[in-house]
Amino acid sequence: MSETTPVAMPHEALQSLADKSGRKYWRSLDELSRDAEFSAQLTDHVRREFPSQVEMLADPVQRRTFLQLMGASLALAGISSCTRQPDEHILPYAKSPESMIPGKPLYFATAMPWSSGAIGLLVESHMGRPTKCEGNPEHAGSRGATDLFSQASVLDLYDPDRSTTIVHNGQLSTWDQLTTTLGPDLEAQKLKRGAGVRILSSCVNSPSLAAQMVDVLTQFPRARWIQCDPVSRDNQRMGALLAFAEDVAPRFDLSKAEVIVTLESDLLADGPHAVRHARAWADRRRDPSKFNRLYCVESTPTGTGTMADHRLALAPSEIERVARAIAQAVGVDVGAAGGAQLGGEVSSWVANLVKDLKAQAGKSLVVAGEPLSAQVHALVNAINDKLHNVGATLEYAEPAAPVSIEQQAGLVQLAQEMSRGEVEMLIIIDANPVYDAPADLEFVAAMQKVPMRIHYGLREDETGWLCNWHIPATHYLEMWSDARAFDGTLSIVQPLIAPLYGAKSVHEFVSVLAGHAGISGYDTVREFWKAKLGAPADFEKRWQRALHDGLLADSGLPARAVTLKRFDAGAAPTIQTGELELALRPDPSLFDGRFANNGWLQEVPKPLSKLTWDNALYLNIDDAKRFDVKSGQVVELTHLGRKLKVAAWIQPGQAHGAATLHLGFGRTRAGRNGNGTGFNAYALRTSTALWGGAATIAKTGETYLLACAQEHHDMNEQGYARDLIRETTPAEFARGEYGAPAEHAGHEPAVAVSKGHDTGHGEKPAHAEGALITQYDSYKYEGYAWGMVIDLSTCTGCNACVVACVAENNIPIVGKEQVHRGRELHWIRIDRYFTGAKNNPGIVFQPIVCMQCENAPCEVVCPVGATSHGNEGLNEMVYNRCVGTKYCSNNCPYKVRRFNFLLYSDWSTPSLKLQRNPDVSVRSRGVMEKCTYCVQRISQARIDAKREDRRIRDGEVQTACQQVCPAQAITFGDINDKTSIVHAQKKQPHNYGLLTELNTAPRTTYLSRVSNPNPEMGA
Amino acid sequence: MSANIPPSPSPIRRPAVIAPGLTAGSVIEKISSIVLSRELDRGWLMLIALSGTGVMVLGISVSWLLMKGVGVWGINEPVAWGFDIINFVWWIGIGHAGTLISAILLLLHQEWRTSINRFSEAMTLFAVMCAGMFPLLHLGRPWLAFWLFPVPNTMSMWPQFRSPLMWDVFAVSTYGTVSLLFWYVGLIPDFATLRDKAQNKIGKVIFGMAAMGWRGAAQHWARYEVAYLLLAGLATPLVVSVHTVVSFDFAVGVIPGWHTTVMPPYFVAGAVYSGFAMVLTLMLPARAAYKLHDLVTTRHIENMGKVMLATGLIVAYGYTMELFFGFYAGNTAEGFMMKNRMVGSASNAYMCLLFCNIITPQFLWSQKIRRSVLALFVISIIVNIGMWLERYVIVVTCLERDFLPSAWGDFHPTIWDISLFIGTISFFIFMMLLFIRFIPMIPIFEIRALIPKSQAGARALHPTSSTEASPH
Repeated sequence: MSETTPVAMPHEALQSLADKSGRKYWRSLDELSRDAEFSAQLTDHVRREFPSQVEMLADPVQRRTFLQLMGASLALAGISSCTRQPDEHILPYAKSPESMIPGKPLYFATAMPWSSGAIGLLVESHMGRPTKCEGNPEHAGSRGATDLFSQASVLDLYDPDRSTTIVHNGQLSTWDQLTTTLGPDLEAQKLKRGAGVRILSSCVNSPSLAAQMVDVLTQFPRARWIQCDPVSRDNQRMGALLAFAEDVAPRFDLSKAEVIVTLESDLLADGPHAVRHARAWADRRRDPSKFNRLYCVESTPTGTGTMADHRLALAPSEIERVARAIAQAVGVDVGAAGGAQLGGEVSSWVANLVKDLKAQAGKSLVVAGEPLSAQVHALVNAINDKLHNVGATLEYAEPAAPVSIEQQAGLVQLAQEMSRGEVEMLIIIDANPVYDAPADLEFVAAMQKVPMRIHYGLREDETGWLCNWHIPATHYLEMWSDARAFDGTLSIVQPLIAPLYGAKSVHEFVSVLAGHAGISGYDTVREFWKAKLGAPADFEKRWQRALHDGLLADSGLPARAVTLKRFDAGAAPTIQTGELELALRPDPSLFDGRFANNGWLQEVPKPLSKLTWDNALYLNIDDAKRFDVKSGQVVELTHLGRKLKVAAWIQPGQAHGAATLHLGFGRTRAGRNGNGTGFNAYALRTSTALWGGAATIAKTGETYLLACAQEHHDMNEQGYARDLIRETTPAEFARGEYGAPAEHAGHEPAVAVSKGHDTGHGEKPAHAEGALITQYDSYKYEGYAWGMVIDLSTCTGCNACVVACVAENNIPIVGKEQVHRGRELHWIRIDRYFTGAKNNPGIVFQPIVCMQCENAPCEVVCPVGATSHGNEGLNEMVYNRCVGTKYCSNNCPYKVRRFNFLLYSDWSTPSLKLQRNPDVSVRSRGVMEKCTYCVQRISQARIDAKREDRRIRDGEVQTACQQVCPAQAITFGDINDKTSIVHAQKKQPHNYGLLTELNTAPRTTYLSRVSNPNPEMGA
Repeated sequence: MSANIPPSPSPIRRPAVIAPGLTAGSVIEKISSIVLSRELDRGWLMLIALSGTGVMVLGISVSWLLMKGVGVWGINEPVAWGFDIINFVWWIGIGHAGTLISAILLLLHQEWRTSINRFSEAMTLFAVMCAGMFPLLHLGRPWLAFWLFPVPNTMSMWPQFRSPLMWDVFAVSTYGTVSLLFWYVGLIPDFATLRDKAQNKIGKVIFGMAAMGWRGAAQHWARYEVAYLLLAGLATPLVVSVHTVVSFDFAVGVIPGWHTTVMPPYFVAGAVYSGFAMVLTLMLPARAAYKLHDLVTTRHIENMGKVMLATGLIVAYGYTMELFFGFYAGNTAEGFMMKNRMVGSASNAYMCLLFCNIITPQFLWSQKIRRSVLALFVISIIVNIGMWLERYVIVVTCLERDFLPSAWGDFHPTIWDISLFIGTISFFIFMMLLFIRFIPMIPIFEIRALIPKSQAGARALHPTSSTEASPH
């Protein structure tokens, strides 16, 4: 308005000047008139002189101004995107942290804690995000390989269902609130010397955490600390106590054993030890002249069983009788009732086995699995002692867990104390007893009598939900800790990333209990080791060395000399007839259920049944007939008066009379992936019969959808035998028979000796396995020629490669329904074939990756050239060019191609994005994908090699599946390099290609499976 | 203008193609009245409503498919092609009758084709439309379908010409274009007739535009004759090439059951077989509804029966050879595939297929059955089902059981597979219904050229009575 106002009266303007203190400069009268004081006078003036204009002054938003304002608003709305940024200075990443190069991953050594022994890891970190775990080659428990759990553990870190905040009685809370609330409670308990305090944790493997716990217990002397895992080593421990009156754990050296007998033990595939066992065992299975022999007695088919040269499927009680018979036969004093008479075939089987054992005394090994009773463990200790194996193939040492206790007994006592109301404060650390405690303990009812229940764990699970406090735990990749390997070797667990949700580590939580709130996990662990290692002078050096290497050198627990005591072997169990014997076993994918929300593990097909997303009651085919049950039918299983409805599954290789149900399923508060999958076997588990026992089943008439990734198709269906698996024995091998079908024997298929493949000496060319003669010159692979050889003799089907491939290549999970439709996306699958009789078949594994055919049928049929051949022999897949005709998949004789039928990749969950490998595209809907031999790793190695002006060295590129394989069954490299291992493998006489008659010339080939049966027992 | 009427050479004496007693005027009246003056009858309305609903089902199915991806179908690994490719091949096959009748029979001077050629050409066109939808929709990323065409681009991306799918793109698009042109060119004189006969303004304008200024001048007829013959010449190799190329989709593959040299001839024969069956399935009800018995005579339907019998026998020969080589070749995978078809998991479909495609046409040896409208109708439907099953057996059962038993799987169609198929059938019927009502379904001028012969020994009819086609 000022423009339209009449010019102010000079004397008023001067007045306003006069009022100012000091000098004020003005340029015009207008400027002066804009003075507020002046305009107030002006308003008065207008009011007096022009009453009709007052409104206009008082309410300036008139039509014209309204239009002006609106116009300006619109214009401003348009430029709002050009908001001036706050004046906050950012700095370019000019001086990056040492060795941090964007796009290049760093590797840090750490270890995955596991109650029976940690696995040392090297974790790949991309710009601070851990993306993949690799085995630490220096670590005793790993030797560069891992099991599938370590591979999948990285997904648990980013699990969107992890709890993010402390919850107090259903309300969000904070760490400060927790410590202030807990303080008085703990003080009150201190007065009672902790009589009402019970701490329940999973079995602690960390020495520093154990020391902290002991510290807590010294402050609360009458408190009790219970460690309990659903799958423990109680029987092994008590067996050792029986036999030696000492709590020692056996350590096996399979490399020295000529004859290995496993009794209900998945020695090569179950648990963290298995990584080392598989390696040692497989090292003896590569050269047919050095073969060991593996006998396996088991109720449920396992990876170890499939590898056995002789496998005997028996119900658990019969296995115990076999163990007793072996003990008797080798001369162990089993007492009056401790022996067992075996019937017919089993008897002669065992007789031959014992003969073999005795012949190889000192070089043999008998191993009992945890489900067998303490007496059997004691007897097995005695057998090994009698055969002079102790000190040769096995030794005894302190258990890896710093505080070894009888776990189940502690839990039972805790439940009793709680139900009697003696417990006032229950602190549960990393345990989920509401889900996995034996059903007879009525744990929920007992726990609810405890007034103060505190749960510390990764998720607000079944237990956390029922506690007053739930405190989110840190994942092991987010915390400082330490852990012992199976042989005691110490590793420092170092964090790869700051806690995603600001959680406190278990050390920090226990510090609060010990009254030292505020001490960081780092300090706790470091101080513990400072005290332990003594020598303060070079502590820093040793500490850094340990962090760098991932282990503390020479920290393994020393072997302990033990002497066998006389012990009561008890009585042999009677064989139940007519009924079924239920075997409750840890799941090959989910273990005891702790991994239930891990989609990678849920979706990985179980080694033998190939079931995904569910467990089921395994039945022998004859038993299924006896009870008139088919796969997928729901039966009511009754065991010790408890009932559970489960889906039945006819499992070839399952023992007669044994019904197996795996633990770990049927969870209700695991998260989006784990809830409602499968059947909760813990509902049947009792503290007196942890591993099962007599059971009956009844049909219900209901059915249940089980998603099986591979149906049970017969290789010889319709009488057409297929040459897919070749099997041979050392004797046949020496004769030059490598398992090829008779028609192939004698005349090898015509092999291309064109210029591209000629090795110059008329040798069998290393690649282009079985390529047919052609008049055309084939392509010359002059640079690198990548190839792979998979040794069927050593693949235990443990699935580590499948999960490693998923982690490396950003392979999404598709869910049960999609697996059922046959749409799983795994780039590597482990084919499982049965041979021989239906009720007790032989079982073979054959991992199938993309064969990278030199004459790839997929390539010619793609209309847009989205899959093409690289000059190094890779069959390359260009995701961005793929339009999704799926023709390539149809035309792939190996069916290794995978299609994104729907949008399977999770493009929205933020935490999952962090996990992805930035070197591999995340595929979208409508795109074909497949194994690429980890081309991103090849590219990385090529860049490195070019910079150093050299060729890629043999072993420099490892595919994810190869790297993780505990048995080293997969060899990969440049077959043009005559010195490479893969070249040597390709020249093995028993190297063969799949479906070479189609002239695909596969780059992936197989070594015939060589088994070493006892000549006296027949194959 | 007599010289401009298409000549009707008939070296062999045959019975007349159309019923005697028709005159040029009555033919025009009879055919054009269906388009111009007939009231909307209730049957037609009901059918158009029904098929229109089906077209909406098609719309919904396609929308859902585009929203979610091809995973809404039952396809999987190993069966990555399912109803999409089955329906594609089936529809393309059906399309073959049109081209065969209009082109090859024209070149062979089979004048009985005149009564049915337009109808079957329209059918071809709509069938190719239905067929064309599937290769597009079956793509994982259909919005990138243009990558299958050689469109020059800055990235120098080019299609991969070794792929049979690439050949398909050209074969089917050429076929669709030529079929459309052939059909349209054949329609021009009749559009002119309708233009002249039309009573209302809209009809006059639309038919007038469609007639493209046709005045029936001698020059027009001369050019028409040349153009039509040229198109026939162009279309003739397509009859053989399209389904040959479609069969390459399979024959080029390595999958047992696909990789056979017998595929091209047996696909072409099968296509003609199913095409004639579909013409019968549609023509017989239309003939009854619009009382066209004197134009589409028993001779027509009998001839079609004969063609079906002949092509059916070729198809049977194809099956026999497949069977023979499956076992004779001594190839494990092939032998298994054949045995699995006969006694294994694929046997149901295969046995049905044998019944529909081999047993059923044997009835056509009997003249009585060939002349029975009802029997032919039933047989034609069975053959249509049989030919669909044939593609099911080839596409699905071969993929279900190929080389590695571990990778075997089963195909179960979902509701969306079925709804899309029903949708295309509805679309096809919908278009046919529109065609019947708005375009002369029998070529008026060609029938008129046949009239002199139908009145055997009668006086020469003065052809200039076609005043309605003359300029004003």
